[in-house]
Amino acid sequence: MDAACPRPAARPPAPALAAAAVVAALTLGPLAAVAVVAGGAGAPGPADWAALRFTILQAALSAGLSVALAVPLARALARRRFPGRRALITLLGAPFLLPTVVAALGILAVFGRRGLVNEGLAALGLPAVQIYGLQGVVVAHVFLNLPLATRLLLLGWLAIPAERFRLAAALGFRPADIARHLERPVLRAVLPGAAATVFLICLSSFTVALILGGGPRATTLELAIYQAFRFDFDLPRAAALALAQLGLCAAALAAAARVALPAAFGPGLDRVAGWQAADSPGARAGDAAVIALGAAFLLAPLGAVVAAGLPRLAGLPPEVWRAAARSLVVALAAAGLTVTLALALAVGAARGAGHLALAGALPLAVSPLVLGTGLFLLVFPLADPSGWALPATALVNALMALPFAVRALEPAARAAEADFGRLADSLGMTGRARLRLLTLPRLARPLAFAAGLSAALSAGDLGVVTLFAGTGGATLPLEVFRLMGAYRMTDAAAAALLLLALSLALFWALDRGGRGRAAA
Amino acid sequence: MKYPTLAAGCLIVALAGPASAEVPVLTVYTYDSFVSKWGPGPAIEAGFEAVCGCDLRLVGHGDGAALLARLRLEGVRSPADVVLGLDTNLTAAAAATGLFAPHGVEAAYDLPIAWDDPLFVPYDWGYFAFVHDRARLPAPPASFPELAASDLTVIVQDPRSSTPGLGLLMWVKAAYGDGAADIWRALAPRILTVTPGWSEAYGLFLAGEADMVLSYTTSPAYHLIAEGDDGKAAAMFEEGHYMQVEVAGILAHSPRGDLAADFLRYLTGPEAQAALPTTNWMYPAVTPEGGLPAGFETLAVPAKALLFTPEQAAALRDAALAEWLAALSR
Repeated sequence: MDAACPRPAARPPAPALAAAAVVAALTLGPLAAVAVVAGGAGAPGPADWAALRFTILQAALSAGLSVALAVPLARALARRRFPGRRALITLLGAPFLLPTVVAALGILAVFGRRGLVNEGLAALGLPAVQIYGLQGVVVAHVFLNLPLATRLLLLGWLAIPAERFRLAAALGFRPADIARHLERPVLRAVLPGAAATVFLICLSSFTVALILGGGPRATTLELAIYQAFRFDFDLPRAAALALAQLGLCAAALAAAARVALPAAFGPGLDRVAGWQAADSPGARAGDAAVIALGAAFLLAPLGAVVAAGLPRLAGLPPEVWRAAARSLVVALAAAGLTVTLALALAVGAARGAGHLALAGALPLAVSPLVLGTGLFLLVFPLADPSGWALPATALVNALMALPFAVRALEPAARAAEADFGRLADSLGMTGRARLRLLTLPRLARPLAFAAGLSAALSAGDLGVVTLFAGTGGATLPLEVFRLMGAYRMTDAAAAALLLLALSLALFWALDRGGRGRAAA
Repeated sequence: MKYPTLAAGCLIVALAGPASAEVPVLTVYTYDSFVSKWGPGPAIEAGFEAVCGCDLRLVGHGDGAALLARLRLEGVRSPADVVLGLDTNLTAAAAATGLFAPHGVEAAYDLPIAWDDPLFVPYDWGYFAFVHDRARLPAPPASFPELAASDLTVIVQDPRSSTPGLGLLMWVKAAYGDGAADIWRALAPRILTVTPGWSEAYGLFLAGEADMVLSYTTSPAYHLIAEGDDGKAAAMFEEGHYMQVEVAGILAHSPRGDLAADFLRYLTGPEAQAALPTTNWMYPAVTPEGGLPAGFETLAVPAKALLFTPEQAAALRDAALAEWLAALSR
């Protein structure tokens, strides 16, 4: 990867090795535990192959469409300045942080049979659109993942030094030239990873795929694993399906790594980019339209979530607020762990141990259900797992957020190393001094983004806490689910709104710290 | 970055609270909605602890099927003394694990069927039914063929991930036997979507996405009693309605078998039975002396109760699922 500036092949830094070992042990260990308890892997049936095909199809469509739409949106957001831009960028990230059930209800409030779109069409005398089916799965996945893809691209765009744009302006570059010389290299560096990340997320989709897919046609691999565990208690088949999922993820990551090329712009002075070349009225109008459409698509379902939750928000029982406090603690613990691991992996990758960064993607490659079950199998002989529900949730959530954190940190870590690594080497700057004077300042923005994302994701995650279950120590997402299970849908909507607010506040507070240090 | 790791580690340790007590602890595994504040858990825990001189520890695990899967993973090392929340579609598999001991509990059950299972004690029950809004659907269909011939939309749950979903599978099988596959093919166009669990389905129904949702004949009681809304009703089907009987059992390896049996007696006793209808929104297994809560008398009662024995249900399950998948995957 560092072909442009060869340097003596360094030994992978010890922190990176340690982090990779920890992540591998915590992801592959549980998978191995399931396989060992199962006594090997079983043979998948014809229904499993159908599930595999559907899983790949929907994930590929969702990933393709998410990044295709993210390119114009990130571009427009990168080159326009308008009041409320920061708030909009933060808000646009919200869908990614929502528990999937809440997100699905939000989407149906807009696109469902009684949704805004169909009410509007009916008022105009037009036929209704049918959301249930493959189209619904893809719409929902784009809604959930477009924000992540946009943010990853935006981070790449903002990494183009302002000096390059000034040089481009001085050379009389037209938009087409800028696209060719500045934007395309960025996309080449960031797009494959973003697409692979969304693909991997969609591979383990289950609730959204089933609800919006309209029935068992939309059976995904994760649902097949769930069935093997819960309905058939066929552990060998569950292990086989989990291995298939792991293989699929490895293939997607390998493909992305082959396609991606690092963008080499050289160092700049970290000033905000100017876009004089794209200042024609046409380009402005185009960007405004893209931002308006993207915001409408992402914010309308969120508006539905807010509208449904507001009436009962003030009347929520104390249990829900206590659950919110628990979720906050879990989120902060998970964020600290994620950022520590991600930093070690990203810096290691930048210093020539690129394969170590792949460890950061491992958590996405292992089915959450298998991960939770395997961890349970590992913990059970040693301690009562139900007493470990919250720590296990924090740990697994930290792992689940790690792929995004590494994805966000790695380009900046590589750039810092390529641009300033030699200088630091020649000054003999190593260890803590290098971390404090070079790595942390250069990585402030993606670090804060990663911390915010990890905290927000952990606050919203439902998956693992249910597997470890507990004796009352419910997190906020679990409390939302409990309210729904007790017929209290309006209270559940209010608790979901609280969860959305908590996630967004966590993300905003942490992410803002980084942007303050490196103005975006 | 050593300090954040350390801090995270301390937090994790601090989060795992210790649980020590002098009094005997009775651990009951149940489904999650039982232990929530809005479920029967808090009342039953307080009530039993007042008489048992023990600490009742209710541990929630997903739903009934997830509960059984957890128990199979833990086997004889399970810390559970009692498992509460299986239904008759699961008890054959549960009994086959050999983990359960005879309970020896007797009660005068008010079930539409005779009960003589030596391993499992029923604590509440209900009929599956399609729930609708009276105002939006004043004349609901009265049978599966009528539903299939209508232009209505229904939301059902996936039998692979939901106990009501599996209940519907058994309902159609019990009513139509070998004709079940034809019924599913006819119903397929009416099924708007299939959700992983009851909560998502009921939430979509209340949001107005579909005309009917698979739930229980007792669901309208929640809206009436808790919300003062008499607008929801369960459509009565002439084929009869399949039952869900929820049961609890004692684990054979539990060192506190006597205390566990005491708990099951409490569970089928008047205090717990009076708490169940308005927390679990099901019929109590033993009608308490004061009768059912006001409002339950308004509920429609099916003319015919359908229920397979646990052995029949276990034997029919895989073939019935295959029919369902084939009909709905087209």
